[in-house]
Amino acid sequence: MKSSLKLALGLTSAITASTAVSNVAHAEDLTLCWAAWDPANALVELSKDFTKETGIGMKFEFVPWTNYADRFLNELNSHGKLCDLIIGDSQWIGGAAENGHYVKLNDFFDKEKISMDDFVPATVVGYSEWPKNTPNYWALPAMGDVVGWTYRKDWFSKPELQKEFKEKYGWDLGPPTTFDQLKQVAEFFQKREIDGKTVYGASIYTERGSEGITMGAMDVLYSYGFQYENPKKPYEMEGFVNSDKSVKGLEFYKALYDCCTPPGASNSYMGEGVDAFKSGQVAMHMNFAFTWPGLQKDENVGGDKIGYFVNPKGPDGEQFAQLGGQGISVVSYSDKQEAALKYIKWFANKDVQAKWWSLGGYSCLNAVVKDPGFPASQPYAQTFLDSMAIVKDFWAEPSYAPLLQASQKRFHDYVVAGQGSAKDALDGLVKDWTQVFQDDGKM
Amino acid sequence: MLNRTAENVARATPEPLARKVRGISDKGLAWLFISPTILLLLAINIFPLFWAIYLSFTNYRANRPNEVVKNLGFANYQRILGDKDIWIAMQTTAHFVFWTILLQTLIGFTLAWLIDRKFRGHAFWTTLILVPMMLSPAVVGNFWRFLYEPQIGLFAYAISFVTRIPPTDIQMLSNVSLAPWSIIIVDTWMWTPYVMLICLAGLRSIPEYIYEAAEVDRASNWRQFWSITLPMALPFIMLAVLFRGIENFKMFDMVNLLTGGGPGSTTEVASITLKRQAFESWRTGYSSAFAIILFVAVFGLANIYVKALNKVKQR
Repeated sequence: MKSSLKLALGLTSAITASTAVSNVAHAEDLTLCWAAWDPANALVELSKDFTKETGIGMKFEFVPWTNYADRFLNELNSHGKLCDLIIGDSQWIGGAAENGHYVKLNDFFDKEKISMDDFVPATVVGYSEWPKNTPNYWALPAMGDVVGWTYRKDWFSKPELQKEFKEKYGWDLGPPTTFDQLKQVAEFFQKREIDGKTVYGASIYTERGSEGITMGAMDVLYSYGFQYENPKKPYEMEGFVNSDKSVKGLEFYKALYDCCTPPGASNSYMGEGVDAFKSGQVAMHMNFAFTWPGLQKDENVGGDKIGYFVNPKGPDGEQFAQLGGQGISVVSYSDKQEAALKYIKWFANKDVQAKWWSLGGYSCLNAVVKDPGFPASQPYAQTFLDSMAIVKDFWAEPSYAPLLQASQKRFHDYVVAGQGSAKDALDGLVKDWTQVFQDDGKM
Repeated sequence: MLNRTAENVARATPEPLARKVRGISDKGLAWLFISPTILLLLAINIFPLFWAIYLSFTNYRANRPNEVVKNLGFANYQRILGDKDIWIAMQTTAHFVFWTILLQTLIGFTLAWLIDRKFRGHAFWTTLILVPMMLSPAVVGNFWRFLYEPQIGLFAYAISFVTRIPPTDIQMLSNVSLAPWSIIIVDTWMWTPYVMLICLAGLRSIPEYIYEAAEVDRASNWRQFWSITLPMALPFIMLAVLFRGIENFKMFDMVNLLTGGGPGSTTEVASITLKRQAFESWRTGYSSAFAIILFVAVFGLANIYVKALNKVKQR
């Protein structure tokens, strides 16, 4: 009887103690919210070091890109406590700052001697600042990203194709440096038989539902001379959004879609683009740089078969690329802000950032990307660096969502459905965006 | 036996509870039983409806909870009714509703009429025809998206086999003219069995002696169909049309899965526009007004239709 009692007491104590210990551990766990994609897996791996160093456990809430904005913006708008840390899209920064979703990090950066001068300038403006170009920081640049291109190096180097291309277009088949050249290369490969299979020119963004076609069209429009507003008079868009140069840019994007994309590519974004390239359907592929590490490792199209190039120049020699990527922020509704700030401090460390890059994340820290060994560290590293030097981003206003929806509709109606003209689409866009800013009381 | 059971239950009820229950009238007891359901209905149906009506007169945005909510009067309604894109979405919806109902009624009634012949194996064929209706719309949407795929899809290959047009040129979901039909085909494939079931119930409800009397009068099969079968099955057909009409007016899942409203806005039905305004552009007040307009439209049309249905039944 006595021994049974002892056993029971012992078991009860053990269970109580283990529950208490696990409760303590869980109380310190941080939840990080992000999109479900390859870099997120790298971050899980990287964060194990943080847990080792601090004893703070990390939990992750990853949501597929198609639901990423809906899911996390709902979470922030409802003041939810699910996320302690969030890697939010660059366009959210205005709304998140003005609606108080993110903790302002200026004092923390000053205290911990984290300087924004240590990060790639475009990423600081794109991911951290609101209002733009003011020293008000709401995030630490976490994942640099930009739209660039991959191409089938093995196809480009086939002697018979090189010969035929040179005869037809008068220049050597290679990564295009202008959009005109890009279209020529795409036309050359469209419906061509290579290794017994019909291939197509290029995969470009045409997705309607979230942000796809806007990211793709803007990637071209910037280099054609598109501007969001009068640089001297904010929110004045007439003659800038719908300038003649912008019209030409949008006409080019439609021409590229009509002539040189695979059949049925009317709703294609990051995933569909990767699939088209990986399955050997296309000679060139527009996509964010985050896809490159995965493609480089691919057995069928990676290694020596793949090459990378920066977004080409427009007709006047201007060259820009659409910014992607995100900063990491502390959610103001979190009860664990202190631990979350510890994570940001740890993440800003140079060694951690170097490991981040080696695992497949794109560091924004100058010390990493300006290291002499960086360009040779990966076949795509130099293209990434060159692309990050020419980035432009979509509106990051609190009303970015209706602004984005308007451009999605106007661009898709014209480019994919062929309704109206490029001028109609851009005139309509000015009208829609003006309405949004009027509703916001900004005009 | 029943009385004895009731007595046993009454005896087993603790005295304090029994006293309480004895003090409640039949009407009170009825209210006691239905009140949880009523409360639930009020919470999940009636309150949101009135809340949406209130929001429809404001500039409220769900993604800006801290912003001051202004009363806009009827401005949201005026803006919606004057918005060209909204009218295009309504036309797209009307086109979709018209063709799906027409095809589903024609095919559904024909199938029901054939099944009603009670040929050998008719039970097996009935079960087989009902399969699409039993599938989840998410499964059907994804399944047909692959079928429509121009490079690997079976649908494109089947059409190509018949027409000799290369399969890669049969772009059902990307082509502006074909995309609306791609949705109509899938919806018809999935929901014709439902119409067939209702029509079959109508056909089986026609008493056999009427046909026997017609036979005695030497009425031809054609005459029997027009004078007996169709008029007597008409209320059932109209009921099926009502159910499918209401469902297809608010069609969302299939369109979202197959085309997402594209290419461009060619398949953007009203519910897709509503979702975009409410959950992508976050115009909560504006989208509430649009939802109320849609609700009134469906409710009004359904009421007119039900009156017509009653008239047909009375004939």
